[in-house]
Amino acid sequence: MSHIWTMIAKRLALGVVTLFVVSLIIFLGTELLPGDFAQEILGQAATPETVAALREQLGLNDPMHVRYANWLGDILQGDLGESLANGQSVSDLIGRRLGNTLALAGYAAAIAVPLSLMLGILAALFRNSVFDRAANASALTSISFPEFFVAYILIFFLAGAGGMFPSMSNFRPDADFADFLYRAFLPALTLTLVVTAHMMRMTRAAIINLLASPYIEMARLKGMSPMRIIVRHALPNALAPIINVIALNLAYLITGVVVVEVVFVYPGLGQLMVDSVAARDMPVVQGVALVFAAAYVLLNLTADVLATLSNPRLVHRR
Amino acid sequence: MKRPYGHMNVRRRTVLKGTAALGAAALVTPWGTPLRAQPTQGGTLRVAISTGGTTDSLDPGSWDSEFMNFQAHTRNGYLTEIGADGSLVPELAESWEASADASVWTFRIREGVQFHSGHVLTGEDVVASINHHRGADNTSAAAPIVADIADITADGMTVTVTLSAGNADFPFVMSDYHLPILPAQADGTIDPATTDGCGPFVMNNIEFGVRADYTRHDGYWKPGLPYFDAVEQVLIFDNAARQNALISGEVDYIDSADLNTVHLLERAPGINVLSITGTQHYGLPMDTRAAPFSDVNVRQALKYAINREQLVDTILNGYGSVGNDHPIGPGQRYFNAELEQKTFDPDRVAFHLREAGLSELTVDLNIADAAFAGAVDAAVLYAESAAAAGVTINVVREPNDGYWSNVWMQKPFVGTYWGGRPTEDWMFATAYAEGVPWNESYWSNERFNALLVSARSELDEDIRREQYFEMQEIVANEGGTIIPMFAAYVGAYSDALAHPEQVASNWRNDGHRIGERWWFA
Repeated sequence: MSHIWTMIAKRLALGVVTLFVVSLIIFLGTELLPGDFAQEILGQAATPETVAALREQLGLNDPMHVRYANWLGDILQGDLGESLANGQSVSDLIGRRLGNTLALAGYAAAIAVPLSLMLGILAALFRNSVFDRAANASALTSISFPEFFVAYILIFFLAGAGGMFPSMSNFRPDADFADFLYRAFLPALTLTLVVTAHMMRMTRAAIINLLASPYIEMARLKGMSPMRIIVRHALPNALAPIINVIALNLAYLITGVVVVEVVFVYPGLGQLMVDSVAARDMPVVQGVALVFAAAYVLLNLTADVLATLSNPRLVHRR
Repeated sequence: MKRPYGHMNVRRRTVLKGTAALGAAALVTPWGTPLRAQPTQGGTLRVAISTGGTTDSLDPGSWDSEFMNFQAHTRNGYLTEIGADGSLVPELAESWEASADASVWTFRIREGVQFHSGHVLTGEDVVASINHHRGADNTSAAAPIVADIADITADGMTVTVTLSAGNADFPFVMSDYHLPILPAQADGTIDPATTDGCGPFVMNNIEFGVRADYTRHDGYWKPGLPYFDAVEQVLIFDNAARQNALISGEVDYIDSADLNTVHLLERAPGINVLSITGTQHYGLPMDTRAAPFSDVNVRQALKYAINREQLVDTILNGYGSVGNDHPIGPGQRYFNAELEQKTFDPDRVAFHLREAGLSELTVDLNIADAAFAGAVDAAVLYAESAAAAGVTINVVREPNDGYWSNVWMQKPFVGTYWGGRPTEDWMFATAYAEGVPWNESYWSNERFNALLVSARSELDEDIRREQYFEMQEIVANEGGTIIPMFAAYVGAYSDALAHPEQVASNWRNDGHRIGERWWFA
C-alpha cells in the first residue's frame, strides 16, 4: 500500500509545479492580449487622464515581472488578492461561483455517470442488437450537436409556455435544495447529454475487449449468465479506462460549461472567467485558472489512484 | 391640464427656475405624465437586463453597463431628473437659480429626504457626492463632465456651484447617472462601496453579473411611489435566453429584444414590444487628420454613398429612424428639421469625388459588432451601396475583444455608438468639440467651436436655437462622422405590467426608472 501514498505525494508535488506553470502561462497569455485593465474597464468612456490615473492607482505601471512576482508572493501566503474591477476578494468571488459550478457538475455527474455505465453495460451485453445501435446512435447524436443547440432544444420542449421546467436557472440566494434541483434540471440534463456518449462508449468498448479473454470464455462454458459474467467478471477488470474517462468528463463539467451557463443564466465559474478575461482583471483570471487547473490535477490523480486500486496486481506489488 | 414643459420647447426661464411651474403639475400627477389607468400598489417586478458583468462595481464613477445604470435609478436619487417628456424636473434639488452669465448655480435641496439608512439628506451629502468625481487623478468616468466645476459648497440646504465658464444646461448635467447623491461620511467623502441611497428601492443584495434584489423604500419622499413592493433584477446576456425568460413568465420585463427575432416576440401572446427612439445613434467616424478623410469632399462622398433607409430596414428591422450625420435626435429641443435629409445619391458621390480630384476612392472600414449590434452587417451593406456609387469600401472585421482600446479612435475609419446626451451642448461638447478626448473623428472646425461656446451661455432662446441649427448643419456637411441611423431602444414586457402613456427616451427602460414609474395592471 505504501507505494500508493508515495505516488499520491509525488503527484501532488508535481501538481503544484503544474499550477505554477499554468499561472505563468495564463499571466503571459493575458499580457499578450491587446489593451490592459484600465482601458478595458473604462471602454468607450476612457480618457487618457482617467486611464493613467487608474493605472497608477492599481499599480499597472509596474513592469510585468514585478506584478507577477507580487501576485505569486501573495498566493504563497494564501492570499488570492482582490479583483481590480470592484475590490472584492478573489477568494470570495470564486468561492460563491465555485459552489454553484460544483453543484451543477455534481448534479450532472449524478445523472450521467450511472446512466452511462448502465447503458454501456447493457450495450455490451446486447451488442450489435437494436438496443446497442439505438443507444450508440442517440448518444453520438447528442454529443455531435453543439451544447447551446441541445440546450435550446430542451428549452423548446421542456420549458417555454406551459413547460415543466424553468428556462432560467438563476435561483435566489436563499433557494433551498429542492428548488435548486428543480431550477438546475435543464442545464444538468444538457450536460448529461453532452458527456454521456464518451463514458458509455468507453464502458462498452472496455467490456467487449475483455469478453474475448480466456477467463470469460471459461465462465461462459461454466454456464454463467451473461449479465453476471459482465458485472462480476468483466467490469472489475475494465474499470481503469472507464475511471479515466469519467475523470476527464468530470473535469470538463467543472471547467468547460460556460456556454451552458450563459444559455441557462447559471452563475458559475465559466462566466466569471470570461468576464475577467474581457476586462483583463488579472487576479480573478489567475484565481479561476488555478481552480480549473487544480480540478484537472486532482481528478486525474484520483482517477490514477482508483485505477491502481482496481488492479490487484498493482496494489499487491512484490 | 396644461403641462408646463412641452416636449421640445423647454423655455429658458423654466429651465433656470426649475420648480415654480412644476408645483402646479405635481398636484395632478407627481413626476409623471397623465396616467393611462389608476396605478395599483404591490407585486414584485422582475427585470432582465442585457449587459453587465462580474467586473461591475458599486463605485458610481465606474458605472457603465445597463445593469449598473438600472440599479442606479432604482436605488438612488439625483439632484435633477429627466422627465418622461424629456424636460428637466426637480428631484432632490427642489429648485435652482443661475447667475446672469449662467456660471454660478444655486440649488435648494429638498427637506426631509431620507436615505435607506435613515440618514437625512443635507447639502453636505450633495457636495460629497459630486466631489467624488472631481480632483486630480480622478478615475471616474464622469470626471470630464464635472471638470467645469470650479467650486462647490454647501450651506445647510443650499448648494452653490461655481463653474469655470457659463453653462445654461448645467442642471441637466446633474441628472447624469454617474452622479447619484450618496450619504456623506464624517470626513466629507462618500463611501463608494455603499449600497445606501435615497431612491425608491432599498438594495438588499447585489451580485455583480448575476442579480440584485430590492424592497420598497417605505420612507420614499415622492408621495405614493413606488408602486411595486419589490424588484428583482437579473442579468441575462443571451438574447434567446432573455426572450425565453419573458415568454415563459420568468421575468416581467426585458430591456432589450433581438431585432432579428422581435417580430416573433410581437406575435407571442401576452407580450408587448416597447420601441422608443431617443438619442441613441450609430455612427462611422473618420479620422479627419488622415488622408483621404482630411478632404471634406471625400467625407461628403462617403456620406452620400450610404443607403440609410436600407440600414434602418435591415439592421434595425425598422426599429429606428434615419440619421442626418449629426448627433441630435428628432425629439430634442433644438433639432434642426429644416436641414436637407441626406440620401443615397451616386451623382453627388461622383460630384464630390471630382471636387476632391479623385477618379476613384478605396478605403478600409475597421469594424466589429462591439461598435453596435449588427455593425459588421451594416458595414457590408454600406460597402455594397458604395460600390454601386463607385466607391470601394473594404470591410475589415475586428475582434470584439479590445475593440474600444485597439480599433476605435486608433484606425482611421471605424464604427461607434452613442447613447446620446439629453442636451445639444452636452452631446457636441462630448464628441465634436476640438480636442476633447472623445472627439472620435479628430475634427476641428473654427466656426463650430465658436458657436458651441457662445450657445452654451446664450440667454436668448431664438439666437440659441439658430446657433444650434447652424452647428447641426456644419457637423452634417463638414463633420467627420457618418451617422446613418438612430436606433430605438427595443424592450418587451408582459401584459401584467402597465406604464404611463409617455415613456422616457433619454435612456433605455423608461430612463431606467421603470421601478419608480411602472406598476402591475
